[in-house]
Amino acid sequence: MQQEDKKYTPLEQNLIRFFEEKEQELSARCIPKVVQSRRQAFGLLKTMGLPVSKDENWRSSPIEKLYTDSFQLDNPTTGYAKSVGELFQCEIHGFDAQVISMLNGWYYSPDDKQLQTMEDGVVVGSINAAQKAFPEFFDRYFDEIAKNGQHGFSAAAKALFRDGVFIFVPDGVEVKKAIQLIKIVNSNEKMMVNSRNLIILGKNSKLPLLHCDDSINHNAEFINTLTEVQVGENASFDLYKLQNINDETTLLNSTFIRQERNSHSKVNVITLNGGMIRNELNVEFQGEGADADLNGIYLMDNQQHIDNQVFVNHAVPNCNSSELFKGVLDNRATGVFNGYIHVARDAQNTNAFQRNNNILMSPEAKIDTRPFLEIYADDVKCSHGATVGQLDEEALFYLRQRGISKQDAYLLLMYAFTAEVTGKIAFPALRSSIEDMMKKRLRGELAICERCVLHCNQPDFPLEFEIDMSRV
Amino acid sequence: MLLNIKNLHVSIDGKEILKGLNLGVNQGEVHAIMGPNGTGKSTLAAAITGREGYEITKGEILYKGKDIREMSPDQRANEGIFLSFQYPVEIPGVSMTNFMRTAINAQREYRSLPPMPPGEFLKKMEANKQLVEIHTKLTNRSVNEGFSGGEKKKNEIFQMAMLEPILAILDETDSGLDIDALKVVAKGVNALRSPDNGFVVITHYQRLLEYIIPDFVHVMYDGRIVKSGGKGLAHELEENGYDWIKEQIEV
Repeated sequence: MQQEDKKYTPLEQNLIRFFEEKEQELSARCIPKVVQSRRQAFGLLKTMGLPVSKDENWRSSPIEKLYTDSFQLDNPTTGYAKSVGELFQCEIHGFDAQVISMLNGWYYSPDDKQLQTMEDGVVVGSINAAQKAFPEFFDRYFDEIAKNGQHGFSAAAKALFRDGVFIFVPDGVEVKKAIQLIKIVNSNEKMMVNSRNLIILGKNSKLPLLHCDDSINHNAEFINTLTEVQVGENASFDLYKLQNINDETTLLNSTFIRQERNSHSKVNVITLNGGMIRNELNVEFQGEGADADLNGIYLMDNQQHIDNQVFVNHAVPNCNSSELFKGVLDNRATGVFNGYIHVARDAQNTNAFQRNNNILMSPEAKIDTRPFLEIYADDVKCSHGATVGQLDEEALFYLRQRGISKQDAYLLLMYAFTAEVTGKIAFPALRSSIEDMMKKRLRGELAICERCVLHCNQPDFPLEFEIDMSRV
Repeated sequence: MLLNIKNLHVSIDGKEILKGLNLGVNQGEVHAIMGPNGTGKSTLAAAITGREGYEITKGEILYKGKDIREMSPDQRANEGIFLSFQYPVEIPGVSMTNFMRTAINAQREYRSLPPMPPGEFLKKMEANKQLVEIHTKLTNRSVNEGFSGGEKKKNEIFQMAMLEPILAILDETDSGLDIDALKVVAKGVNALRSPDNGFVVITHYQRLLEYIIPDFVHVMYDGRIVKSGGKGLAHELEENGYDWIKEQIEV
């Protein structure tokens, strides 16, 4: 099809017009590689357009309903008189982390430090500031990791991103105190925020990162993020994504992790609330002996939609990957799990496991779960399993026969169902905070605007049950 | 009377299983219910505890003088009715400790008591573990997950000891147990016997009744109690089987 002939949706027109008008401004602070990357991505966006539900990977996604909405793309930078702490009180207590934040797609630092180098040499800051300071990293990694599975939204993030986070951990440095990235949108406008992150872990380094997407109001926003992560030889990357956004907001994020020899990555995607959320997780083994442990939980209700797309590329031999995604869907919530494992011809001695378990709490809730294994090597151990079911009636009766109320028995079982995943969270304080949030979520008490029941004054609202997660 | 069942008719999916059953249990009594397979023994347990799908079409169940037909399973449990399950359910992800703490505190809340202090709770756990000879650490184990058949049954008696019910129904607690486990289960039950509570022991075999001496033995056949007697009746059944009873009824 000729580009000229393509009929664009209003959102596509909006994105295209915005780039054409603002390219200079967008590229003003960028190094040539980034300028080039924006232009290339823009070309891709124009040719591919945004994905439609006819595309195999977007089947069952109600994404197209957004294409007639008009989003403001010019994310305002002003008006942050308040600190992030005043705007947003994090639910995570007692977890000692270094907090960085993004407001409306801009790296935000109260003291206006756009790039900081810590004592141990760890660099944290804005991706805009970083490209000037560390062009060599951008030469080596920027756009080099996020190559698979390009679509209109990843192209839009690449072409239109305003800002993002840059983290560099030097060789041999183990970051003890996790970095917590809080991303919020604070606007009265319906806004689309495109951002992109670059994270680099040197040899033998360690980085725990907690990435929180939160809403502070009811407004419909569209958050589109692309993240590239390079995990150096023998390095460990722990990523916790905590998603608690309002029912009107759409969150798309594409995370690309590339792992060198003997490196480890561990990802936990915890989706507590959101209108439409799509998590794309791409892991590529670049060196032998690496492993990836990819986990997720989603608790959806009303008309929410969750979509987890996991792609693991076993390009080289002797690597292990395991995927465990578990979800509970209530009311008319819908979900998708697509797990794609690719084992290259020479990737012998590969172990790749995948499991997706779902509980549907209502007859209208729906999940599409699709494992896809493409194996070209012959000496591999691969498995996949998917289940869709209801809560076990026998177990429910058993609990009730001991005096536990129906509601608590339900909660206990749902919570136990997810325990297998939350049990993998390595930081005890983070784990118990997330478990608390999940309890509140399951009880409908999690403080997001939609269902806020004003427990703000009772931070330790008593919960009637406690479950020991230590066994997992 | 602790439990008074009058002319109970129960259907599952429209099929009548209990066909006019009468049973009275006083505090301090142990009643054994025996009978061939498929005569409705487990249905009786399900009807008393309020399991879904068991429709009471006629008759009534009075517990402590109250009609419990409309009570939820948890309310009945909170009123002091306990069922030792024939097939205890595995619940991955819920540890025994927290399961028991949740159950005990739910029951205490029902009785307007404050939650049990953790120290007291742990002491009680320890004492009852000793009673039924459970030697593993329950804190780290999910409910019944990976338990052997014997352990599961011991665990039922353990829970009974923790919850101190007023009416305990043991549904084939002896099935699949070796003699040592059987003795442990019986020891647990006997330790809990008191003038205040009553037991209904459902069993297929007389063997268990060697160790839990019943005050009354009832024989169920085709949805009814067809014969009642003292503990001697169990011996008679052991020696002669159920055929003579069937013959008596059919005549």
